Amino acid sequence: MIGIKLPASEEEIRKLKAGDEVSITGVMVTARDAGHKYLVETDGEDVRDLLNGSMIYHCGPVVRKDESGRYAFVAAGPTTSIREEPYEAPVIEKYGVRGVIGKGGMGPKTLEACREFGCVYLSALGGLATTLARSVVRVLDVKKLDEFGVPEAFWVIEVKDFPAVVTMDSQRKSLHEEIETLSRKNYEKLLG
Amino acid sequence: MDQERLTAHFLELVRRASTVLPPDVEAAIRRGAENEEDGSAAASTLGLLLENCRQAKEGSTPICQDTGALYFFVEYGPDFRQSEIRRAADDATAEATAKYYLRPNAVDPVTGKNSGTNLGLGAPNYSLVERDEKGMRVRLLLKGGGSENVSVQYKLPDAGLGAGRDIEGVRKCVVDAVYKAQGKGCAPGVIGVGIGGNRDTSYACAKHALLRDLGDTNADRELADLESRLFAELNDLGIGPMGLGGKTTVLGVKAAKYHRLPACFFVSIAYVCWAYRKAFMTIEEGEVTYDWD
Repeated sequence: MIGIKLPASEEEIRKLKAGDEVSITGVMVTARDAGHKYLVETDGEDVRDLLNGSMIYHCGPVVRKDESGRYAFVAAGPTTSIREEPYEAPVIEKYGVRGVIGKGGMGPKTLEACREFGCVYLSALGGLATTLARSVVRVLDVKKLDEFGVPEAFWVIEVKDFPAVVTMDSQRKSLHEEIETLSRKNYEKLLG
Repeated sequence: MDQERLTAHFLELVRRASTVLPPDVEAAIRRGAENEEDGSAAASTLGLLLENCRQAKEGSTPICQDTGALYFFVEYGPDFRQSEIRRAADDATAEATAKYYLRPNAVDPVTGKNSGTNLGLGAPNYSLVERDEKGMRVRLLLKGGGSENVSVQYKLPDAGLGAGRDIEGVRKCVVDAVYKAQGKGCAPGVIGVGIGGNRDTSYACAKHALLRDLGDTNADRELADLESRLFAELNDLGIGPMGLGGKTTVLGVKAAKYHRLPACFFVSIAYVCWAYRKAFMTIEEGEVTYDWD
C-alpha cells in the first residue's frame, strides 16, 4: 500500500504504476457531469485553486446536514467515470489535477492526458458507499449546491486513508484496456 | 388501514431496500468469492463489498450512494385504494430522502433542477395491479444510474452479432451487452432479459424478471436452459468484479418473455449492479411482514 498526501507533486504521481494500491490523505473535490461541463466551459473560479495538485473524485454522495448546518458524508462510492471522457483531458491540463478517482475506467484521451501532464486514474470500489464515506473525515465546503443539486455539486472533502487502486498510469498503461482485450477473445468465441 | 401507518410501512420498506442487502444476493456474492482464486484481487473485492453491506445494515446507511430510481410493484385488494397507496409511497419516498436513506435523484431533464425529494414526473415508478384477495403485496426495486446506462435493447435479426430471431440470437445479445458493459455497471451484475414485447414493454419484462429470487429456477424449461448456459458463459468472459478481472462477472441471469408482434423481435437487457437492492412486504389484516430482516 502506497500512501499519497494531497496536494501531490508531478514527480510523485509519475512514479505510480497501474496495479498499485494506494491510500490517499488530504483535500480533494468531487465532480461529475455538471461539474465537468462547468470546468471546461468556464475558468472554474469556484474550485480552480483547490484542484491544483489535488484529485477529482467522481462521486455523487448522500450528505447529511446537521442542525448547526454542518455537512457529513453518509454514503460516497464512485460513479461511472466514462461519462466524463469528453471533458477529463482538458480538465487535467487546465487545472493541474494529479489524480482522477472513479469506477469503470476511462478512455484513450484521458490516458494520453495522464501521460502528457502527469496524472493517474484510480479505481475505487463501486458501491462501497458506506465504507468509503467513513474515510471522508470532514466536509470542508460545497460549491454550486443550489445550482447543481446534492449529487452534482462540488464537495470539498478531507479524506484520510481513502483506498483506491491505480488502474491507468502516466506511462499509458491501462488495466481497463487489458481486461477488455482479454475478455474480447472469450466474447468472440461465445459469439461463434 | 390508517394512512399514517401505511406511510410508515412504506418508509420502512424503502429504508430496508436501501440499507439491507437481500439474502439471496449476499449468498451469490459469497459463492462468487469462494470461486475466485485465494488471495486474488477479485476475491478481496467481493469480501470488501460484503463488509460494506454489513456496515450499511448496522448503521442504517445506504449500501450505495446512488440509491437509484424507485420501482414500486404493488398488488392490492379491495380494502385499499390506488390513490391512498400512491400517496403513502410518495410521502414515504420524500421522507426517506429527508432521512438520508435515499439521495435526491429526480432531475428535470430540461432545467437541470433536482426536485430534492425523489418525487417528480414519472418518479417514483409505479405498477399498481388490483386483485380479489384483501391485503397488499409490495415489491420495491431500487435501480442505480450506472447500471441503467449499460442496459440496452436489441432488435433481431442483428447482422453485426450474427443473431437471428431465435433463442440463440437472444443468447448472443446478452453476451454482447455484458461484454460491452465491462465494469461500468458495477460488475458482478444481475442480468434481467426481456424477450419479445414492444420497445417499452420489453424493458418492463426484463425488469420484472429481476423480482425473482436469485436461487430459483425458471418454470419455463427453455428459459431455464438459457439462464444456466448464460450464467456459465458470462462468468467465463474474464471481466470480473468491477471489471478488473476474475471469474465473477454476473451473479445471476433471469429471463422472461412477452408475446411480440410478427414484425418485431426485441431483446432487452436490464443490467443491475451487484448492489441489487430490493425489499418486499405483505400487508394482511392490518399487519405488515417484510420478507427478510
